[in-house]
Amino acid sequence: MSTPGQSPAEPWPLWEVFVRAGRGLSHVHVGSLHAPDAEMAVRNARDVYTRRNEGVSVWVVPADAITTSDPDAKGAWFESPAGKNYRHASYYTASEGVKHL
Amino acid sequence: MNEPDSAHGAVSVDAITLSAELAGEADAVASADVAEYALWLGDDALVLAQQLGWWISRAPELEEDVALGNIGLDLIGHARSLLRYAGTATGRTEDDLAYWRDEPEFRSAWLFEQPNGDFAHTIARQLIASVYLVELYSRLRASQDATLAAIAAKAVKEVDYHRDHATQWTLRLALGTEESRRRMTLALADLWPYVDELFVDEPLVDRLEGVAVRPSTIRPAFDAVIDSVLAEAELVRPAGFIAAGGGRVGRHFSTLGYILAEMQVLARQHPGASW
Repeated sequence: MSTPGQSPAEPWPLWEVFVRAGRGLSHVHVGSLHAPDAEMAVRNARDVYTRRNEGVSVWVVPADAITTSDPDAKGAWFESPAGKNYRHASYYTASEGVKHL
Repeated sequence: MNEPDSAHGAVSVDAITLSAELAGEADAVASADVAEYALWLGDDALVLAQQLGWWISRAPELEEDVALGNIGLDLIGHARSLLRYAGTATGRTEDDLAYWRDEPEFRSAWLFEQPNGDFAHTIARQLIASVYLVELYSRLRASQDATLAAIAAKAVKEVDYHRDHATQWTLRLALGTEESRRRMTLALADLWPYVDELFVDEPLVDRLEGVAVRPSTIRPAFDAVIDSVLAEAELVRPAGFIAAGGGRVGRHFSTLGYILAEMQVLARQHPGASW
């Protein structure tokens, strides 16, 4: 299996980078980069994505370890909830007499 | 981008004043001897930074462009603080010292003046330089001179990362392919003659007891770190030819003139220009 981003011209595999901006926040995807291995990837991520005090923690994940939804299937996957307001709790009016709701 | 601010915090470039980035007390004035010592360290950092800048757009990968660029910028920061402080002894600015001194007035050691060579040569130079600088700055934090101590306290965290970067690449080149190992071995042999100069105790050091770090005292720690990296990389510490050196008294390797010409040409053609 070929690694995303890998080609004869680009022998280094692709890594996805996640940075945690501060204590109590979750890691957020900030971009991707090429690196020969995981140790260099996390260092490159530090250099490329945390130069301006953006983070307190960095994760890198091999891009081919991430399984994604199909962008072409956006309609079938993500547009079907439209118009289904009853899936939101706020759609319903609380019944009289029901406490602690 | 939906959230333009989220990834880059709240820093705007306009808000950064360059003088605020300088470590040390703004009104401290260096004695002639302390200024000379600050030039040693400042010129090492400045010359190495100028050399690393060459790699931007030329490194093996874009990510490595950024890494070497960052390291160069860290070194520029050290050079600015040290040259500003050195300048207080004679009423000169950091720019006066960087752009308007000629070769014999520079105090950089020959290691930092060695050509970039191929990537392995740059990494070998980085390894020697950063292992030396970590040992130097970690001790200089205890200097009786408050400004030097403050500069060292800021710099040591940065050179610690530079050492890690150089170590990681030394291991990968040495244990990578036959070709990368050949190049790393050659690079280390080419750079090694310039190690000894870093640890020579010039007479200046005797006059700065408790202020400067005595170079010979950090050699054992330097050797221990280098040996552990080389052991992991399955490389042997080179031996043999030792270069004459003389950078601390203004005798330089043949490359320095070219490095300075490129670094100084703009400032000298347009004196006082700002942008």
